[in-house]
Amino acid sequence: MFKILSKKMLTHNVCEMDVSAPRIAKAAKPGQFLIVRVDEKGERIPLTISDYDREKGTVTIVTQEIGASSTALVAKEAGDYFADVVGPLGNPSEFVNKSDEELRGRRYIFIAGGVGTAPVYPQAKWLHEKGVAVDVIIGARNKDLFIFTDRIAAACDNLYLCTDDGSAGFKGVGTAMLEKLVAEGHEYTKAVAIGPMIMMKFATVTCKKLGIPIDVSLNTLMVDGTGMCGACRVSVAGKTRFACVDGPEFNGYDVDFDEALRRLGQYKSEEAEAKAKIGI
Amino acid sequence: MAERISRTPVREQDPKIRAHNFDEVCYGFNAEEAAREASRCLHCKNPRCVGACPVEIKIPEFIAKIVAGDVSGAAAVIAEDSSLPAVCGRVCPQETQCEGSCILGIKGEPVAIGKLERYVADNAPESKPEIAPKNGHKVAIIGSGPSGLACASDLAKMGYDVTIFEALHKAGGVLEYGIPEFRLPKERVLRREIDEVKALGVKIETDVIVGRTVTIDSLMGNEGFEAVFVGTGAGLPRFMNIPGENLNGVFSANEFLTRNNLMMAFRDDYQTPIHAGKKCIVVGGGNVAMDSARTALRLGAETTIVYRRTEVELPARREEVGHAKEEGIEFRMLTNPVEILGDENGWVRAVRCIRMELGEPDESGRRSPIPIPGSEFEIPAETVIMALGTSPNPLIAKTTSGLTATRKGGIEADSEGRTSRPGIFAGGDAVTGAATVILAMGAGRKAAKAIDEYITNK
Repeated sequence: MFKILSKKMLTHNVCEMDVSAPRIAKAAKPGQFLIVRVDEKGERIPLTISDYDREKGTVTIVTQEIGASSTALVAKEAGDYFADVVGPLGNPSEFVNKSDEELRGRRYIFIAGGVGTAPVYPQAKWLHEKGVAVDVIIGARNKDLFIFTDRIAAACDNLYLCTDDGSAGFKGVGTAMLEKLVAEGHEYTKAVAIGPMIMMKFATVTCKKLGIPIDVSLNTLMVDGTGMCGACRVSVAGKTRFACVDGPEFNGYDVDFDEALRRLGQYKSEEAEAKAKIGI
Repeated sequence: MAERISRTPVREQDPKIRAHNFDEVCYGFNAEEAAREASRCLHCKNPRCVGACPVEIKIPEFIAKIVAGDVSGAAAVIAEDSSLPAVCGRVCPQETQCEGSCILGIKGEPVAIGKLERYVADNAPESKPEIAPKNGHKVAIIGSGPSGLACASDLAKMGYDVTIFEALHKAGGVLEYGIPEFRLPKERVLRREIDEVKALGVKIETDVIVGRTVTIDSLMGNEGFEAVFVGTGAGLPRFMNIPGENLNGVFSANEFLTRNNLMMAFRDDYQTPIHAGKKCIVVGGGNVAMDSARTALRLGAETTIVYRRTEVELPARREEVGHAKEEGIEFRMLTNPVEILGDENGWVRAVRCIRMELGEPDESGRRSPIPIPGSEFEIPAETVIMALGTSPNPLIAKTTSGLTATRKGGIEADSEGRTSRPGIFAGGDAVTGAATVILAMGAGRKAAKAIDEYITNK
């Protein structure tokens, strides 16, 4: 059992939790994910790690109520327990294994959307602490949906906010912001997009156009998360890869996003049934 | 000479009824049936059945105890060589092992050794095994499948302080995620065997992925484990690498079975989604293919198994093939998929197959299947399950210093389980690639002996 130490609602349906998981906290690196099972009868829910504190032995997860399982997760309170938390899973971000030498002179631009904003934080922080130039673009439909902005602002050189409705920051999507920045003369050696699959697809299209290499963090369907089931398979450069053990981050240029988007919908009818059952 | 009595039939759930439920198919022998079947054993001077058993259970000896009405005694005889009799009695391929060598099988039907083993395991009162005094030495076991459980229980009996690390949230390995409830009831049989291992003092820590959450190096360097046994199985699914394999509705057998077994998708009170569709095609001919097909059938799909060789070569246990047929699974032999076809939404609509014929024997001694040119045809389907075998997970080999891997991603180990690195032992599917429960269990027990020797002589 894994105790939830704190819980905070970040928006009306997105919550942040610190969970006691000392072994995971000790081993976690930016870019990795974990799997939570809320209770004995729950699904295994993969979530990208949004922060970790090795001393306190905690990991931070950020979850949006979407289906029956994530709603059950968000319904938990501080002091409650999750049946299972397992991780860290997947590979750390590519820069984690790079030497300071290799990182010198690099300029990173992160494009974050939705709950994908949270896991940008440990990545930006890692780079920022090493003195690598990091800019972050966070996109949201409106100003009430931003999360993690203060923390990320402190962990990067420049933070750019955009909203679809113009209620805060730049009016437009994150990729439009990126194009604007590049047009203004900003140069980036690497982009990283974390967010909804469709957003990462368009971030990749934009980066290709701008000639910026991009990594994307794929949030595919998963069961075990250890390479056993293959539910997370994705075509990368024409080859089938498993997001759980070969990823979760891949070179965006190589990812077959249309297939990945289609595969995300594989249990849509079952999900709808589950939601109807609990009346959401 | 008196007429020999025939093999005692075992009672089973009616195929028409069991095709719609997940209750165990086979009811097993009652006392009377077991006594009758046990009386058939000839008690050969040189019992060939014992030699054909991978762990050399003293079969005539335990059968004699059944004849004498001493079930506890029979259990004690089996326990000398096997730590999972209730499991092995149900899932061993007896027809190629003990029963396949039974003298009675030459002219008639062999003794139902598997069913007798199961009878003993299910009916013997719980025994209190002897546990040596604690010796203070810590051993880590990675994986709670058959090899890990066997290794752990032997070491615990010798007095070792044993911790099993399991990546999933439930112990049992393939017995939990792979073998369905209708063949191996989880609560009644598997939990009971795992609880017996725990009763020996073995600790089981679930949710720990060795190679990610911790490493073998950290277990040995920081957590005080003097030896490690790697029993991580062969969990990586294989695909055919044919077009259309990533369409919606194509699953690995591992995914399909894990959803249903470990994640209990067949039960309404669990949240796990599973999709069997109206018409399902299972590719493969092993036990996993049979398990997948029979699971899909029970979830409501009309199910067909396609296999590239003939029924004679099916690697599955005879009993499972027979059960699958009785339940209404269609078998299409000498048939191999070449492409999976999708509809406009990216869902499976059919499998394009080619007819095969058998050519010359290959290295395995089996006649190899050869496609017949121009014989392609389509079988409509909504789902396709790939049951083509599995390979070992390379994670441990990749994250442990000084550990030599085999070409196929497994761990190199000798017949006693010793790997390239002193203190690290391995056995079961992690070493051999996908094999059987009993071989894995045997490997775990051998490694336990080798670990004891290693720590004693250190």
